[in-house]
Amino acid sequence: MLGLNKHDRTLLIIVAILTMCAPFILNPFPTDSGMAQFNAGYPDLMQRFVIFGIFAIGFNILFGLTGYLSFGHAAFLGVGSYSAVWMFKLLSMNVIPAILLAMIISGLFAVLIGYVSLRRSGIYFSILTLAFAQMSFNLAYSVLTPITNGETGLQLTLDDPRILGVSATADGGIPVTSLFGLEMRSTYEMAVGPWAFQFNAGYYLCALIMLASFYLSIRIFRSPFGMMLRAVKSNQTRLNYTGLNPRPYTLAAFVISGMYAGLAGGLMASMDPLAGAERMQWTASGEVVLMSILGGAGTLIGPVLGAGFIKYFENIFSKINDTVLHNWFAFLPDGLEDAVVFIIHPFIGKGWHLTLGILFMLVVIFLPGGLVEGGQRIRRLFSKKPADDGKPAATKPAE
Amino acid sequence: MDAIILQILNGLDKGSAYALIALGLTLIFGTLGVVNFAHGALFMIGAFCAVTLSKILNISFETIDETQVDFLGNPLKVKTPYVEAWFGPETGAALIDWSVPLAIFFSIPIMIAVGFIMERGLIKHFYKRAHADQILVTFGLAIVLQEVVKYFYGANPIPTGAPDVFKGSFDFGVLFGFDPNAIIYPYWRLVYFGFSTLIIGSVFAFLQFTTFGMVVRAGMADRETVGLLGINIDKRFTIMFGIAAAVAGLAGVMYAPINSPNYHMGMDFLVLSFVVVVVGGMGSLPGAVLAGFLLGVLESFASMNEIKSLIPGIDQIIIYLVAIIILLTRPRGLMGRKGVMEE
Amino acid sequence: MSKSTFTRRGVLKSGAVAGAGLALPTIFTASSVAAYTNAPSGSSVTLGFNVPQTGPYADEGADELRAYELAVEHLNGGGDGGMMNTFSSKALQGNGILGRKVDFVTGDTQTKSDAARASAKSMIEKDGAVMITGGSSSGVAIAVQGLCQEAGVIFMAGLTHSNDTTGKDKKANGFRHFFNGYMSGAALAPVLEKMYGNDRTAYHLTADYTWGWTQEESIAASTEALGWNTVNKVRTPLAATDFSSYIAPVLNSGADVLVLNHYGGNMVNSLTNAVQFGLRDKQVNGKNFEIVVPLYSRLMARGAGENVKGIFGSTNWHWSLTDEGSKAFVKSFGTKYGFPPSQAAHTVYCQTLLYADACERAGSHDPCAVAEALEGFEFDGLGNGKTLYRAEDHQCFKDVLVVKGKENPTSEFDLLEIVEVTPASQVTYAPDHPMFAGGALGTCNSGA
Repeated sequence: MLGLNKHDRTLLIIVAILTMCAPFILNPFPTDSGMAQFNAGYPDLMQRFVIFGIFAIGFNILFGLTGYLSFGHAAFLGVGSYSAVWMFKLLSMNVIPAILLAMIISGLFAVLIGYVSLRRSGIYFSILTLAFAQMSFNLAYSVLTPITNGETGLQLTLDDPRILGVSATADGGIPVTSLFGLEMRSTYEMAVGPWAFQFNAGYYLCALIMLASFYLSIRIFRSPFGMMLRAVKSNQTRLNYTGLNPRPYTLAAFVISGMYAGLAGGLMASMDPLAGAERMQWTASGEVVLMSILGGAGTLIGPVLGAGFIKYFENIFSKINDTVLHNWFAFLPDGLEDAVVFIIHPFIGKGWHLTLGILFMLVVIFLPGGLVEGGQRIRRLFSKKPADDGKPAATKPAE
Repeated sequence: MDAIILQILNGLDKGSAYALIALGLTLIFGTLGVVNFAHGALFMIGAFCAVTLSKILNISFETIDETQVDFLGNPLKVKTPYVEAWFGPETGAALIDWSVPLAIFFSIPIMIAVGFIMERGLIKHFYKRAHADQILVTFGLAIVLQEVVKYFYGANPIPTGAPDVFKGSFDFGVLFGFDPNAIIYPYWRLVYFGFSTLIIGSVFAFLQFTTFGMVVRAGMADRETVGLLGINIDKRFTIMFGIAAAVAGLAGVMYAPINSPNYHMGMDFLVLSFVVVVVGGMGSLPGAVLAGFLLGVLESFASMNEIKSLIPGIDQIIIYLVAIIILLTRPRGLMGRKGVMEE
Repeated sequence: MSKSTFTRRGVLKSGAVAGAGLALPTIFTASSVAAYTNAPSGSSVTLGFNVPQTGPYADEGADELRAYELAVEHLNGGGDGGMMNTFSSKALQGNGILGRKVDFVTGDTQTKSDAARASAKSMIEKDGAVMITGGSSSGVAIAVQGLCQEAGVIFMAGLTHSNDTTGKDKKANGFRHFFNGYMSGAALAPVLEKMYGNDRTAYHLTADYTWGWTQEESIAASTEALGWNTVNKVRTPLAATDFSSYIAPVLNSGADVLVLNHYGGNMVNSLTNAVQFGLRDKQVNGKNFEIVVPLYSRLMARGAGENVKGIFGSTNWHWSLTDEGSKAFVKSFGTKYGFPPSQAAHTVYCQTLLYADACERAGSHDPCAVAEALEGFEFDGLGNGKTLYRAEDHQCFKDVLVVKGKENPTSEFDLLEIVEVTPASQVTYAPDHPMFAGGALGTCNSGA
């Protein structure tokens, strides 16, 4: 079915189940318990998980398959966001035209940057993409303020034209993004005993698009085109000698992955109509590189895991403060409680960067294949079969 | 004319900072083949060596002065540094005043130790791994190092002044027959420029004229053959890592009076120094130095009003624009070798 | 294949059954029955403190958090009550807000609009925060203000100095206690005239983003009104760390005053560089060369060390003020943490108290009722003298401090001295002033 082999199909189905049931899976703790701090099942974070998943999947098509390490991929995300917000400002609040425009513009941008940058390879390519992205960021922050609204970020206002919509709603507010009338922010809240689960329209739209992107990426990985890209990675010189020109293939991969980034940017703007310049900064580009490597570059599911991992840390760990800690450890005797809080204190709240840095190092040192390798090792522990024949093709790095 | 001379001076000054950092990066890359994203953090640690020394010298005991009150209305605690009590007010004050130059001696052993620990403890295990893994692990290390510094020193910049003798500026214009005060340049920045050229010169001399340097150069060109000759090249490379760390650290120490150090100054320089290294050509030491000065001077010129009014925003992008132009016209940067980091 | 599908359907089915059986569904959409977003139902109410905890403004964020925690303590009846005792409105009783205990959640804005919005959203969606406050830059404040307007909660801005926050980007749900670029200009100009005369030539170095531009515009306008000339306005990149190539041209430009429209790390570096280049020892046009830093922050001034001595600027509040409110605040903050509070700490403490007080007076947490209670509210005793929360743009109008870097500081906190307290009347402007035109408050959104 769907033109996939058994392993890929299983993987796709698992991912589908996970994304569709995310509101349950990510909210394992009752709302009133101390552990509720670790719940991630609220609309904004769930949306971020899948949107950055799309971004990382797209990045992996370039990096995982061809080995070209782009250090400026965030530029496409930013361009996508700006296009989408402009669409909301000028045309209507429907997300479909915004997302389409985001993909088209970022695709064009990718053709331009890719055409120039792909003339070089290795670190020279990385620095070229970095240079283009940093130029976009610096200009967007300052000189291009009329288009990007600079530091503040592009926002909707009450006097936007919105030709096919309304400038302001009847009660004087800014209209909200919607899919043919279904508001992206509308959330159905289900209370089951002490648990509260939130089902958000925007999240499900993103999740469906993410599944489609994931499916497309599996097809690309398994296609002759994907084979060609792997050939570029393993030995480009040999490919040249065979009489094949790798450039059209790498450019196609670059543009596809740029459009994935644009799609992610368009979705971000659709969920929350704001486009900030710092989305294009090198740290943002670095983040998607980290997501891919952390999850397992060249594997299908790895980048998505990496994206989830980093976003979870950013949003959950940064919100733990001393007061929360004291609540958790309140059962301990006073002196011990203070000691425990004192030890944990540097790693949470304002120290979440420290925790993230340490985890990066631990993962790379002990799991060279990223989180996916961790998963494989755990699986091997539990399965009696020898590792090599039980290993699914889907998670083998593309070497 | 005077404006142009001033901007050349500025460019050389900025360029010397870029060149020093890029030189260290290239030393590590050329010898060990490791892309070290923690190099900016080494620069930052160097600057904080200066901060730490000045804090140590300023460790004080408190005496209560009943005549003055603090912000809560309690009697004011007057602090007197121990060094002033031990060596007398004048020598003590002079020591504190000269804390940055003193920090040079303080920082060298620290930086070499940091370099050794990094190489033996972490980087050693990554020689055979993909460049992407090296980037990730050193980036993780850079975050950890800067967060540790932030934990102890806070996020705000910490002023670390140059000795009083170097405050004020030198009047260049008079030397060349301009009006007085037309071309003046701060003493400390001149010191910085002189210091960097000295360091760059010594690194080159060390590699060029000592046996140790010769072996290292041979190892950079062909590691395996040197190994087959029975030379323990790994040990020498570890020492080179220590030297590279010391170069970055010294760049940081001397930079502290120019701009107050803060915990993320390393990250601010990191991207820029990579651009410099790549524009110079991966693995080429003269390339790194040349590119450092070139980009420094071009950046200074781009921030001149005359040029900014012609092309708005040029100073925001000049470094990247130049990098793109150079990489497109010269495939391996200014002086890069074929086949290095191209796959 | 079919097996997997069956499993998935099974899961969905049982989930649906469980949901139907146990659930008490409520739908938070535009047509919902709920009175307003996150209406507190239990015995506590949650406020969201969204401050920079990482990045260059982390220290200011940390000081803001300290002030927030102090404010919560005072609202819940702990501590010595701080400025609650000197506040002119006596609605607060030290029993929380409307009898509900005040809880809070914290988040990290990273000084990025995206991250700040993500953090604020999680506070609203996950933690049920009924008010968001904080921030240490105008970009973030404006971005979060827009979000709060959409989500239907109140936003009490922290440290944001751009004219736009209550100008072209003002929102009905957003309120700012801090002063702004226009007020800095209006307060500084008379002092500059008194000190430096009215025949001066100014050179502006401006951070190249929205806040820098609005401040440059404000300062240039008010100094030109004195008769000063503006010889050049140069924009510097935000990422710049070394300002030497921007400072050098000042030497021979014929200017005798340098205005640094920089904040944070930019300010520390540009001021340090300017002093390095000996600008302050120079004589131009027969006058001493002077440097002005229109927006001062004590935390940042510390980074510039000795270079701030004698340099004029403006600030929202300073701990050396001697009115009852300031004294009470410095006392309770200093006793708890051991050092005096910064202006960032002061403004967020005031904002928390003002919000709580408005809730008490409105008798509800409903954002629209709270906004109505804040609009046109006149109060005193919070350290800035008589203050008005103007209804037209949700900006506070109060006295502005003109300060100068202290020549002989007695401690590491004693960096600024107050030169003049400019009365509110002098810094007040019309709501439709051209520098603030172009936006509209819109209508209050309670999320209902």
